[in-house]
Amino acid sequence: MLGMILKRMLVAVPSLIGVVIVTFLLTRALPGDPAAYFAGPAATKEAIEQIRVKLGLDQPLIVQFGRYVGDLARGDLGNSLTTGQPVGQEIRARLPASAELTLLGLFVSMMIAVPLGILAATRPGSLIDHACRVLATAGVSLPVFFTGLILVYVFYYLLGLAPAPLGRLDVFFSPPPQVTGFYLIDSLLAGNVETFWAALKQLVLPALTLGIFSLAPIARMTRASMLAVLASDFVRTARASGLSPYTIIVTYAFRNAMIPVVTTLGMVFSFLLGANVLVEKVFAWPGIGSFAVEALIASDFAPLQGFVLTMAVMYVALNLMIDILYGLIDPRVRIEA
Amino acid sequence: MTDRVAPARPSSGLAALIRHGRYVIAENRVTGFAFALFLVIVLTALIGPHVVPHDPLASDTAAALKPPSAAHWFGTDQIGRDVFSRVVAATRLDFFIALASVALVFFMGGLAGVAAGFFGGWTDRVVGRIADTIMAFPLFVLAMGIVAALGNTVQNIILATAIVNFPLYARVARAEANVRREAGFVLAARLSGNGELRILLAQILPNIMPIMIVQMSLTMGYAILNAAGLSFIGLGVRPPTAEWGIMVAEGAAFMVSGEWWIAFFPGAALMIAVFCFNLLGDGLRDIVDPQRRT
Repeated sequence: MLGMILKRMLVAVPSLIGVVIVTFLLTRALPGDPAAYFAGPAATKEAIEQIRVKLGLDQPLIVQFGRYVGDLARGDLGNSLTTGQPVGQEIRARLPASAELTLLGLFVSMMIAVPLGILAATRPGSLIDHACRVLATAGVSLPVFFTGLILVYVFYYLLGLAPAPLGRLDVFFSPPPQVTGFYLIDSLLAGNVETFWAALKQLVLPALTLGIFSLAPIARMTRASMLAVLASDFVRTARASGLSPYTIIVTYAFRNAMIPVVTTLGMVFSFLLGANVLVEKVFAWPGIGSFAVEALIASDFAPLQGFVLTMAVMYVALNLMIDILYGLIDPRVRIEA
Repeated sequence: MTDRVAPARPSSGLAALIRHGRYVIAENRVTGFAFALFLVIVLTALIGPHVVPHDPLASDTAAALKPPSAAHWFGTDQIGRDVFSRVVAATRLDFFIALASVALVFFMGGLAGVAAGFFGGWTDRVVGRIADTIMAFPLFVLAMGIVAALGNTVQNIILATAIVNFPLYARVARAEANVRREAGFVLAARLSGNGELRILLAQILPNIMPIMIVQMSLTMGYAILNAAGLSFIGLGVRPPTAEWGIMVAEGAAFMVSGEWWIAFFPGAALMIAVFCFNLLGDGLRDIVDPQRRT
C-alpha cells in the first residue's frame, strides 16, 4: 500500500519539474527587458544595469535557472511591486479563501450532478435523461463570469435574498479567529453561529456559479459509468435474486460507478481552478485569483508568476491525491501497480 | 425501362458522408438547429459590422445607460454606445479568435500527434512530455500566464488558447495514427516505395481528418470561452474594442445597480455561440464516430 503511494508520488515528479521549467521560461519571456521593467519607468541606464546584475540577468540562462530553483526551494517567490510584500506570504494568506470557495463549489456540483447522472442512467431515453444532457451541455456553455453576474442580478438586485457580492463577509461582521482559514469552520469552532450564517450567505452564489460550471463533466461521467455498471453481470444476478431496485442501485451499482467518476475529478479541478479566477473577480472574493488579476492590471509580474506556480503545484498535488484515492477505492488498481 | 436506377451501392467518400450527414440531421433535429445557428453566426461575423444600425464605437453621453428600446434594441452602455451594434460587431473578432486558435492548434497538435503515433520512439516521448507538462497546469491559469508573459495582444490570446488545447489534439491524433500504423493501406504504400514522411502526410493524415474535425468543433466553444475569459480579466483585447468578454466586464459593475442589459446581451451572445459549437461538435461526432456517443 505504502509502496503504491510512493510510486504514484514519483510519477508526479516529472510533472513538477515541467511546471517549474515552464514558469521559469514565462518569467524570462516578459515583454521587453525584465531589468528595465523591474527598475521602473524613471530608472537611469546605470540603475537598470545594476538591477540586471542584482537579478542575475547577466548570467547564462542555466545559472539563472539554478538561482530560480534555489529561491523556490526557500519558498521565495519574489516581492510584489505594488505592495512591496513577499508574494509567497500574500498567497498563503489568501489561499484559504480560494480553497473554501473551490471546495464548496465542487461539493455543490457533486450534490447536483451525481443524482442527476444516476437518474438519467436508470431511465435512459426518458425526459430526465434528455434534461440531463441539455443541462450538462448548457452548463459548459455558460461563461462562468456571466452565470455569476446573472445570479447576482437575480438574487441580490431583484430578490434581495443574497448579500452584495463584495467579499467573504459583510462589513458588519469581523472575521472569526483564524484556525483553518475557512470562515465556515473557524466561525463554528469559535461558536459564532451568526458569523457562520453571514459567511455562508456570501459563499452561496459564488459556489453555485462554480458548481454549475463543473456540473457537466461529472453528470456525463456518472451517467455513462452508471449505464455500463447497470448492464454488467453482477447487477443482472442481483436483479435475478430479487433484490429491491434501491439496493441494486445504491449498494451494488453506485459504488462501482463512482470509480471512473473519481478519475474525471482531475479534469474537473482544472476547470474549477481556472473558473475560480473569474468567479473571484465577479464576487470581489479576496482569494489568490483576484490577487493575480489585480497584479495583472498593475502589470506586476512576480505575483502573477507566483500564482501560476502555486496553482500548478496545487493541481499536481490534487491529481496525485486523486490517483491515491483511486487506488484506495479500487483494489484492482493496487494490484496492477 | 431503359435507364434503370442503379442499385444502391456502398458508395464511398464525400457523397456517402453527405448522405449520412443528412440522415443524422434528419434524425437529430438538434444538430440541424445547431448547424443553422452556426451559419447565422458565420454570416454575422462576415457582414455584421456593415449592417449594424449604429457605430459600435460612437458614444453619446446624452443617451447613456438607456434600457432596451425601439431605437436601441439592447439599450446603451455607460457612455451611450449602442449595445446591439457592439454585440453584432464583436461577433467577427470573437469568431476569428476562436477559429484562428483552433486552426493553429490543429496544425501544431495534429501534426505532432500524428508524428508521435506513427513514428513512435523518441518523437512519441518528446510530444508526450510536452503534452504532459501542459496538462500539469490548470488550463485557464496557464493561458493567463502565457498572455501576461508574452504581451497583451490578440495574437498572444490566440497562441495561448492554442497551446492549452495542444495536449487534447496531440493525444487524439496520436491514438488515431497509432492504430493505423500497420494498416493494410499503409503497408501497401510502403511496399510501392513511398517514404515514411509521404505515408504520414498522404495516407495517415487524410484518414484521421474526420476525427480531427470533430475535435476542432468540440474545442471551438472552449476556445471562445477561454478568449472571452481572458479579456474579461483584462488580458488581450482592450477597450474600446467591441468584444463579448470585455463588454461583460464593462457591464459587470452595473449589474448590482440594475442596468442588466449592458452585460446580459454580450454574455448571452457568447453563451449562444458556445452552445451552438458544443451541439454541433456532438452532432458531428455522431456522424463520424457513432459509437462514442455518451
